[in-house]
This record gives sequence, C-alpha cells and structure tokens, in this order.
Amino acid sequence: MTEQTTGALPPQLAELVDDFASVGPKDRLQLLLELSRELPELPERYADAADTMEQVHECQSPLFLAVEVDPDPERRVHLFFSAPPEAPTTRGFASIMHTGLDGEAAGDVLAVPDDFYTALGLAEAVSPLRLRGMAAMLARIKKQVRAATAA
Amino acid sequence: MGLSNDPDPKLAEYAHPERLVTTEWLAQHLGDNGLVVVESDEDVLLYDTGHIPGAVKVDWHTELNDPVARDYVDGERFAQICAERGITRDTTVVFYGDRNNWWATYALWVFSLFGHPDVRILDGGRAKWVAENREMTTEQAKPASVDYPVVDRDDTQIRAFKEQVLAHLGKPLVDVRSPGEYSGELLHMPDYPQEGAVRGGHIPGAASVPWARAAAEDATFKTRADLEAIYQQEQGLSPDDDVVAYCRIGERSSHTWFVLTHLLGFSKVRNYDGSWTEWGNSVRVPIVQGSERGSV
Repeated sequence: MTEQTTGALPPQLAELVDDFASVGPKDRLQLLLELSRELPELPERYADAADTMEQVHECQSPLFLAVEVDPDPERRVHLFFSAPPEAPTTRGFASIMHTGLDGEAAGDVLAVPDDFYTALGLAEAVSPLRLRGMAAMLARIKKQVRAATAA
Repeated sequence: MGLSNDPDPKLAEYAHPERLVTTEWLAQHLGDNGLVVVESDEDVLLYDTGHIPGAVKVDWHTELNDPVARDYVDGERFAQICAERGITRDTTVVFYGDRNNWWATYALWVFSLFGHPDVRILDGGRAKWVAENREMTTEQAKPASVDYPVVDRDDTQIRAFKEQVLAHLGKPLVDVRSPGEYSGELLHMPDYPQEGAVRGGHIPGAASVPWARAAAEDATFKTRADLEAIYQQEQGLSPDDDVVAYCRIGERSSHTWFVLTHLLGFSKVRNYDGSWTEWGNSVRVPIVQGSERGSV
C-alpha cells in the first residue's frame, strides 16, 4: 500500500512521507515539531478575517483553513492555515499539508489518497485519534478545491 | 513522606487542599528532593515546545492506555513508566497540563488507580504558569531511573464499568459533555473528532454539568463556594452520594471526578471511562435524548 500511496503523491509530499518513514517514532515527533515551527504566518488579508476561513472541527485544537485556487490553466492551489502556538501537533499537521501541497495543481491535490497520512508512520507516536485531524484537513482542502474548480 | 502542603488560603477552603499546589508553591519547590513534576497534555508535542524546568512528560494516549486492549496499562508497565521518570512510591507527583488541566487530572486519576499516595494538581496548569511568565525550558529532564514497585491496579473504588453503571441507574450520574452531546444532537464534542457512537443522547437520569464549568477564566479551579453552588445547590448532589461521572472516553470526566472527590470531598465518586463511546454503542442499554434528564 505504501508504494501505491507514494506513487500518487505530489513530489514535496512524497518527500515528506519518505522523511517520516525513514526514521523511528521519536524522530518522527521531532520532525513534526520542526514542521510546526515552519507553518507560515497568515497573510494580512486573513489576519482580520478568520470568519472567512473554514474551521476544521475534527482537529483537536482550533484550526482554520483557507484555500485559494489560481485562475491559470493549472489551477494551482494555495493553502492558508491558522492554529494557536499551544497546539503544535495541529500546526505540524497543517505544515505537512502546506509543505506538501501548496502550489500544486488542483488535479494533483485531488489525487492525493485520503489515507496518505498512514504512510507517515505517526500512529504509534501520535495515536490514531489525533491523526484523524489530518485526514479531516485533507478532506476539507479537497472539498474547497472541488468547489473552486467547479465554479 | 512527601513534601509539605501548600498553605495557600484559597486551597485551604477545599476538602482536600493537599491535592493542589499553586504556581507560587511550585516555583519555590522546583528541584526539591522527593518532588517530580509531570506534564500531561492533550497535544503530544506541547511539552517539547517548552515545559517547567525539570518536568517529565506522560502522554495519556500513547503511554497510560494499553496499546491493544481498551484499558489502562498494567502494574508492570506503570512501574516502568514511573521508574523511568524518577518517581518512587514516596514521591510527591505534581501534575499540570494544557486546557484547564484536563489531561493532568486524567493522569492523576490513572495514578490513583494504582494508589500512588501523593498526587497533586498545579492549580491553573500550564496556562497560568505561562501567563505569569515563569521559567520554561526545552531541555529534556533526564531523571536517574529509580525503583517503583509493581502494584495491582484497583478498579473497584474510583472506576465504574458498564454493568456497574446499569446497576447504578436511579442514583446520581453526572454527564460532563457539552449540551449538544448530552441532548444527542452531536455524537462528538464540538471541535473534536468523531469517535463513533451510533446513538446520541445520555444515560437516563444523568445531570448535565459540562466539565469546564468547574474551571475559572485563568484555568484554576473555581473556589469551593462556587463549586458547591454548581454541584450541590444547583444540581442537588450531596457529598455522601454515590456518584458516577462520564463523558465520551473518560478523560473530561476525570476532571469532574477530581473536583467532586478532592475539592468538594465527596466520598464515593467513580469515573465511567467506557463513557459514551461504549454506552452509545451498546445493544439494549437505555438512553435518553433531549435536554431532560429522563429516568429509567
């Protein structure tokens, strides 16, 4: 399953999955922590507009998401996340999405397998319940991409 | 055995002031022999972003739960968890964590299943410590390993199982989930993942008292008088009642268990950790939907 999953992933996301899969559980947490620190700040146009963002209720901490899709033929996807500093795990998940998917074509984002996160090998270190937040994030990203590209 | 109690006047009002310490007390006692500070958070990475100097981490999800059975770890594993963290049977363990100490009280409750004698909560938890700009560090504590005895878990006093709750129907029950979960409108708490229950609602006769009502704005516990107003005056519970508290998987209700047992001095409170994920999925157990308590 891992092979198939990686095969369909955009290059940056595939690289992240490889990074996670190649180290032990403790280092995976460390990697997630580093990613949580790299989550970009929200651009100013969202700073006062949290209500225009979508809340990912499945996450264990407040997480807000905005998706923009370029009008170009590739329909490139841009992702924006907001999560508090006291929720580093959620920030880490958001950062995986951002690093792995930001700037990718809409079709490639929609082609990411819904269960790609299982290949990160985080279930042991983070617990499956917490990981569901990431599955929900991807589902909501895809929903917004679909809505934007259908319009 | 153990460290001196925190003489703070607010704590002195509670039935068991020895179960709490203030941030001031902890700041003064950090590094004392016989004290181990344990951080237990909802967020598995939060400890690594910075913690109280010397504090060790216990993760409720990946460490206190058995990895296979839906149960807590056994005596051997528990002894190992403590030994690795420098906790002996005589150690004063002070728990703190994020979100109003929700998981800190859960960890304390699990330690109590093993009868660890001296367990305390840092009133206000992580949030208050941070708000007061007290020292934090990212340096991992490296306690020398010590011996902790293998103690059998005692599930008879503070833990309730489904069959016991069925037998308990008609006696006081406290449902600490959100109003939407209580009425059955939601199958999970707001902002939290679905933890599949096929039916929404509550256990017949259960009073709805969301757990966070016991917490003040600054994440400390409300004063004894304020807590009495909620649980005793408003809900009509009495300290000699036989009470079962539950939520969805038993973590939020450990907070209420702590409040009733240690702050208000109720003599018999059990946490039903199977909670709604078990009850709402069980065949032929009675449930009530809507905002009324209902009866059997």
